Amino acid sequence: MTDRGAAAGERRRSRTVNAALLLPASAWFFFLLIVPLIILLVFSVGARAPEGGYTPALQLDNYLELPTRAAAFINTLWMATAGTILCLLVGYPLAYYLATRAGTKRTLLLILVVVPFWTSFLIRTYAWMSILGNNGIPAIVEALGFGHVTLINTPAAVMIGIVYNYLPLMVFPLYVSLERLDKRLLEASKDLGAGRIGTFRQVTLPLSAVGLLSGAILVFIPLMGEYVIPALLGGGKVFFVGNALVDLFLQSRNWPFGSAASIGLIVVILLAVSLYLWLGSRGRVEREVSLL
Amino acid sequence: MDRNEFWDLYHDWQHGRITRRHFMQVTGLGVAAAVVAACAPSVGGSPSAARTAGQTAEPSAAAPSASSATVDVNADWTPPEGVDFGDTLVVTTWPNYHDQKTLDRFKELTGVTTQLNIKGSNEEMLAELLIGNTGWDVLVPTNYTFETYGSKGILEPLDLTKIPRFDAARYDTRLLSPAFYPAGSTTQYGFNKDWGTTGFTVNTKNVATPPTTWKEFFQRIQEDVTGKAMIHDYQLTSIGSALVALGYSFNSVAEAELAEAEKLLTAVKPHLLAITSDYQPNMRSGDAWMTMTWTNDGVQLHRDIPEIEYVIAKDGGEIWSDFFGVVADAPHREAAYAFLDFMATPMVAAEDALFHGAPLIDEAAIALLPPAATGNKISYPDAASLTKLEFGTAELLTSQARADLWARVKSS
Repeated sequence: MTDRGAAAGERRRSRTVNAALLLPASAWFFFLLIVPLIILLVFSVGARAPEGGYTPALQLDNYLELPTRAAAFINTLWMATAGTILCLLVGYPLAYYLATRAGTKRTLLLILVVVPFWTSFLIRTYAWMSILGNNGIPAIVEALGFGHVTLINTPAAVMIGIVYNYLPLMVFPLYVSLERLDKRLLEASKDLGAGRIGTFRQVTLPLSAVGLLSGAILVFIPLMGEYVIPALLGGGKVFFVGNALVDLFLQSRNWPFGSAASIGLIVVILLAVSLYLWLGSRGRVEREVSLL
Repeated sequence: MDRNEFWDLYHDWQHGRITRRHFMQVTGLGVAAAVVAACAPSVGGSPSAARTAGQTAEPSAAAPSASSATVDVNADWTPPEGVDFGDTLVVTTWPNYHDQKTLDRFKELTGVTTQLNIKGSNEEMLAELLIGNTGWDVLVPTNYTFETYGSKGILEPLDLTKIPRFDAARYDTRLLSPAFYPAGSTTQYGFNKDWGTTGFTVNTKNVATPPTTWKEFFQRIQEDVTGKAMIHDYQLTSIGSALVALGYSFNSVAEAELAEAEKLLTAVKPHLLAITSDYQPNMRSGDAWMTMTWTNDGVQLHRDIPEIEYVIAKDGGEIWSDFFGVVADAPHREAAYAFLDFMATPMVAAEDALFHGAPLIDEAAIALLPPAATGNKISYPDAASLTKLEFGTAELLTSQARADLWARVKSS
């Protein structure tokens, strides 16, 4: 056998091995992503069966009906964006402290960030119902003489729940990128005359941009599909598309319209994330240019 | 009348020495049941309703059925011999509706742990049942659902031989009638757990002059009770009560009337504290001052917090009856039937009712209730307050107009 023949055989073998190794993942994606998406598309042009569910049809009525859910879409986009920004504002200083200043306490603090998440998400959110309810924070506020406040079932309550639950998703990517930061670059920046703010803006922030971008996406995408937090802390009044979908599938049993709304949500998320990534990459190009 | 006299009369009636009418009149138990029954002809709007309505008041009392001859109804429940119940039972039901002590006793007697699966509406139950394979065993559906559950084969026709403690003779024929499908046939899909009304509770500490009608209820939510009121997450009662507030039938599906109800509910929504069918926590914590309420929750709230009053609206609303039924593909079928037989035992049902507070229909169970329970005006209201109430009709469960309206209101 020639060398060339042996090499070709080797390539063939490695292709077979690759295919075999990728098979589980491919099957997973095919049956749990592609097939459900096709079902969703087919259902979205169907009609509701008389007692609810799906009956075959070919119509765009469900998509034309989507504007009736505009309030839910706008609310979701706004709350998800605001929630991501809040997580960033709360998470960045924490991640920065953990990565650069915590010293020997670092491991302990990292564990403290994670420990609450050993309890079920649902139980933690239920706990907030009592904390934000009449006998929780509002009672303390009233006892201190600041008058009566209502927190539970308001957008503020939902926002608190969001920041509390999603914070680690923001903190960890930021922590990783900040921890890798070469401290000598900060010293160099100071040596070259940049102040604290200048160093942060020109060195720390750009170098942690990867963590920031991935943290924001990790928070934003699941937040767009959030259902439990608005249901428990928003009292069925602070309404996300997720809540609308649950109603459509599990109460009014309008699967076709629910499918159309799901596809609407997928499209909105794709658009928002594309816009975000485009803005992120443009920002980086500009910085590189400005460095020159 | 003391307890002994009562029992003498009860036995006289059981043995056919006096009529049911006489028994009910003398004991005073007939009043509420009679009015409930008078409301019943609207159940399902079915031909059978008219048929049964035409019957006399004591269709069944004269001849106690065969099953009551073999089982002593007044004895405590004992599990049937030689049946493997398994160790689990899943009961899909409503919030605050079963005494944990009752479920603990069932476990003691059978070894079966009952898991309660709480839903906020019959529509929510139906949605999951239509998808199938729920793993549920027992359902607590409301009167208007049987046409759908029967025709879709979602519930199984009851095997009455497995429920010897149930005896139709102890139940008002007309209140039991929704459980038969096709309407008027002898195929039975459930028996009554209890009945009740859909009114509202008001914390009189915060709202000194409670509303008396649905019209006032929805008005006041937009005025002095803003931010402190709740309505059910349930198209039947929320849309129905809004319709009543506007002067229409609780059961309307007329397009123009529904449009008006949608307008009212959409206007009310920003003033609500929450849209939820599990409203006790918010009423107890003081976050809410007023809420749409079912009888049993009204009893429980008033019992623990006396300033919370229950109001049956003067302009109408819903009267309902819930049933026990067995899901067609129940994974724990034997345990399900054992549970139904357990709950059909008057002693057990009466004990359970002391907790949940909803009025009972089984006459033998009512007879076991202490005067404090039967004298509770929330559980057993004056007959006159019930005359305007309506039972939900079968078409409301599957009405797309209603379902879509409710989903729109919630996402508005």
